[in-house]
Amino acid sequence: MKETEKHILIVGAGPAGIEAAEHLSDLGYQISIVEKDEAIGGKLNNWHQLFPDHRPAKEVLSHLVNKLPKNVKFYLNSTVTKTIKEENLFNVEINGKTKIQCDSILLTVGFDVFDARIKEEYGYGIYDNVVTSADLEHIFNQNNKILTTQGKIPKKIAFINCVGSRDEKVGNLYCSSVCCVTGVKQAIEAKQMAPDAEVFMFYMDIRMYGRFYEDLYLEAQEKYHVQFIRGRLSEVAELQDGSLLLKADDTLAGCPIKVHADLVVLLIGFVPAASCNSLSKMLNIECAKDGFFAPCDVHIDRNSTGTEGIYMAGACTGPKNLEASLADARSAALKIHYHLVHGKATNLINELS
Amino acid sequence: MNHFGFTINKDNTIDYDNNDRSLANEVLSHEPSLYRCIQCGSCAGTCTAGSFTDYNFRKMHLLMRRGEIQHLRLAVEKCILCGKCQLICPRGVNTRNVIRQIRIALDKMN
Repeated sequence: MKETEKHILIVGAGPAGIEAAEHLSDLGYQISIVEKDEAIGGKLNNWHQLFPDHRPAKEVLSHLVNKLPKNVKFYLNSTVTKTIKEENLFNVEINGKTKIQCDSILLTVGFDVFDARIKEEYGYGIYDNVVTSADLEHIFNQNNKILTTQGKIPKKIAFINCVGSRDEKVGNLYCSSVCCVTGVKQAIEAKQMAPDAEVFMFYMDIRMYGRFYEDLYLEAQEKYHVQFIRGRLSEVAELQDGSLLLKADDTLAGCPIKVHADLVVLLIGFVPAASCNSLSKMLNIECAKDGFFAPCDVHIDRNSTGTEGIYMAGACTGPKNLEASLADARSAALKIHYHLVHGKATNLINELS
Repeated sequence: MNHFGFTINKDNTIDYDNNDRSLANEVLSHEPSLYRCIQCGSCAGTCTAGSFTDYNFRKMHLLMRRGEIQHLRLAVEKCILCGKCQLICPRGVNTRNVIRQIRIALDKMN
């Protein structure tokens, strides 16, 4: 398509930001991306393999990055520090100095992972062999095998669901939606790397909502003999020999259970990105009660904000898996295109008023 | 009367329609946070009394909700009101007040 003078600023160079950049660039727009980290790719950089098919994360990442047109301008190690809207234009200040002008802003700031130290009773940051699911992807990436902090192959591995999610005590009532399938995926990979290990999963509910996720669950049971225990972990204690003692209620058995493990993996959930709060104030965008950006309409207009010209996509509007984030980004790209072509905002608020 | 050497056992099924759930309703009306319980078992898993006895807050409460209250008095006396269950509950159930309300409701019944 013919290039236009219209300029779009994308905040966040994770999968959603990259996907939107590619499609908007294809539609002929000038694209700039502000990214707080020194590299693009967001959280996808930290993944080893993806669910539900154990596909190497690098494969998807390089596919996304390679599709990016050369004329996309990147501001790395950067954040938006000020935004002033004049007529239909946004005057944006980056890192307190660089000033750019754009016709539309797309927020794809993603999410942060829950800080597991807050759940002190699980001992993350206190006991060596209590790690998070994000740490485990890193361990897989580093070693291509599963190891305890002492470099030994673990004999008993326990995965703990809902760490930082569905938990009033940490202020996160929502389900992070992807931890169950991440845990089952990692449990299978752990068994592949350490076939002699016993693998447990403590859960309240197993929420395998996506296509082929249930197959993964079945595979974990049937082929890898992962033991699913229905009970939320109550506490972890480190013993003198360095092993970990786990206590929970085995709710289906109807009595408490204790299990030793030499590696405990906490399946940490999503929390709103730190920038969600600051951007919501700067751009006058509403956050929902869970702290993520509130969509204009949860069913039929997920990408519009209350402010004309500003759109959002990906996990900044709530926990999403990779494919949902990418689909959301494409949907936002189309929304922005209509907005810039028709001049007038097409978001639902304007249609309704 | 002939004795055939066997008796008729009580049905093992929870008879939800005929069970008396008034006690549960009374407790719930005084401590509505109990409606939020998702049976995760964090309470029972952390319970000091539950390590040494068959006391299990999660199960006791569930049976109460189903109208199975015959063992409730004995069960509820095992709680030492230490409050660990309340600290850990991810749904914010006021478990200690639940125990208190069960004891009050049981006293009223007698």
